Amino acid sequence: MSGILDKRLVFVTGKGGTGKTIVSAALGLVAARQGKRTMVCEVAEQNRIPALFGREGAGFTEVELAESLYAISVDPEHAREEWLKFQLRSGALAGVLNGNRIFSYLAAAAPGLAELVTIGKVWELAQLERKTAKASPYDVVIVDAPATGHGVAMLGAPKTFRDAARVGPVANQAAKIHTFLASPRQTAVVAVALAEDMPVNETLDLAGRLHDEMGQHLQAIVVNAVYPERFSGADAEAIASADGRPSQAARDGLDAALSEHRRAKAQRSQLRRLRSEAEAPVSTLPFLFEPEIGRDEVEALSRELERRLV
Amino acid sequence: MSASVADLLANKQICVCAGSGGVGKTTTSAAVALGMAQRGKKVIVLTIDPAKRLANSLGLPELGNEESRVEADTGDGELWAMMLDAKRTFDDLVESHAPDAETRDAVLGNRIYKEISNAVAGSQEYMAMEKLHELHEEGRYDLLVLDTPPTRNALDFLDAPKRLSRFVDSRSLQFFTSGGLFGVKIFSRGTGLVFSVLKRVTGVDLLQDISDFFQSFGDMAPGFRERAGRVTELLADSRTTFLLVTSPRADAVDEAVFFHDRLREAGMPFGAAVVNRMHELPADGDGVHEEVEELLGPELGRRVAGNLEDFRRLAERDQLSLSDLRQRLGRKPMIEVPDMEDDIHDLEGLAKMGEYLF
Repeated sequence: MSGILDKRLVFVTGKGGTGKTIVSAALGLVAARQGKRTMVCEVAEQNRIPALFGREGAGFTEVELAESLYAISVDPEHAREEWLKFQLRSGALAGVLNGNRIFSYLAAAAPGLAELVTIGKVWELAQLERKTAKASPYDVVIVDAPATGHGVAMLGAPKTFRDAARVGPVANQAAKIHTFLASPRQTAVVAVALAEDMPVNETLDLAGRLHDEMGQHLQAIVVNAVYPERFSGADAEAIASADGRPSQAARDGLDAALSEHRRAKAQRSQLRRLRSEAEAPVSTLPFLFEPEIGRDEVEALSRELERRLV
Repeated sequence: MSASVADLLANKQICVCAGSGGVGKTTTSAAVALGMAQRGKKVIVLTIDPAKRLANSLGLPELGNEESRVEADTGDGELWAMMLDAKRTFDDLVESHAPDAETRDAVLGNRIYKEISNAVAGSQEYMAMEKLHELHEEGRYDLLVLDTPPTRNALDFLDAPKRLSRFVDSRSLQFFTSGGLFGVKIFSRGTGLVFSVLKRVTGVDLLQDISDFFQSFGDMAPGFRERAGRVTELLADSRTTFLLVTSPRADAVDEAVFFHDRLREAGMPFGAAVVNRMHELPADGDGVHEEVEELLGPELGRRVAGNLEDFRRLAERDQLSLSDLRQRLGRKPMIEVPDMEDDIHDLEGLAKMGEYLF
């Protein structure tokens, strides 16, 4: 997994519910600790990353969460307004379009436009020469991207628009963004998975789609929530054949241990399958038993990730 | 208040399973469909997620854009499944609405159309609703179960018909079609200005292509719009119900509550919340640590006790989330499904999940 934080853009996707947001935040902390000016960018109209740090999100504004660590939540409406302003080089002209009801209906419904302007803003954040007035560049931008299918569509949106428009300003801009996203030197795609059947399948499928649709490849896979190996096969046998007449509470304890053993074993077999079929390096993060995930937990995960980044 | 899916769906024709990503929507949809088929209904489950595993779990090599019968022991009932192919559905829709072959070919051959109907994001939601409506009209099934698209914003599909209506709104069409690009006809001054600014953004060529698209699409607009209206009505109909699938984690509960409130605002019929992957609370017992240490020896006993405490914490967290959800939903029906040891990947697993749903 070494080197992904040396890219300008790290695109974190994977099956829903695998922990993309937390992994993105943890990656952000790793990069910030390395002294990189780091942006962690959400694209789902939520402010979950600031919340992990006990902060209120500021939406479409770049806010500092910790030393060298910044966050933003990109929503399509703001991204579109800004994009129009850049394109037209005039806030007043952009206002003509943004204030027009028919235009806003068309823009809201035009398939792929929300994805295009969102990834366009992400691209802008990752440029050394920012278009946003008085904005400083970031060393690395980490995107907490949508789940696999929608994530790939977002990555592919500039190519779609480049091909649809062929010539003209939209095509030129889209082509530039696509070239950046399709370059493994500038953009790393990271998949977050769980050691379960469907997430592993989806990760393998993602690798194929990235290749076919973008000419890109997965640069790292993070398998989240891996159970600790608490019990060996011999332990499990000893537990299963425990003599005596245990109370209900003790029996629940034995059952929980056997269940943990079976789950951990099933996870290991899924991990083996993933490792043998995926080309990208696979790292794991431990299952967290803490009831709520906050800054301390993200910090702990970032230390785990860091060990694997060296 | 606990509930059974069988009771909730007794008089329903459409069941929409919604919720945020990774909570088990697809599996729940399949288990609901199987359970209702086992109760004698002819059921079809529609999925959008191209996860092959759902197909496999239903005993099918893969799912396509055609209805496939699932070989399951369902007595008099039947279980069918289908994976929606947004592009194919879009094409079919154009074919059925086109007034003549010329219009059909013009739209299907339009470059803008080809690109946007291929770019899956955004069009999935339209197409899911569209297919649902079509199957309902045909009336060949007792129950349609829809697994909604895995978008993070789980509400996108609710707005899909409205967005489509606005997209093909006559005013939008006029915008592009009244006299064409180069102002043969006189625009109202406002529209003219908007149009000329738009041209600076898109360039002349792209705007010409977009205009061509709308001109060829124009004749089909009323059909599309009317249909989108009927889809909205269908979702709000008393024969429809929504199952809100969630997991007992704080962020998933927040999303579930948000979604529930949105359903209510939109006047959509809420059925129940399915709380998936609940960790079961182990029995209480003082001295359980000493007891397992006695049973297994101090070293292994300590590890078993530590493991028990970890899972107890998870179960307690789940109980807290559940009561939080219950309170915030205002005593709506809830169905709890325990965290299964194996991820579900066959009919047997679906049936096992069904034991908790029904």
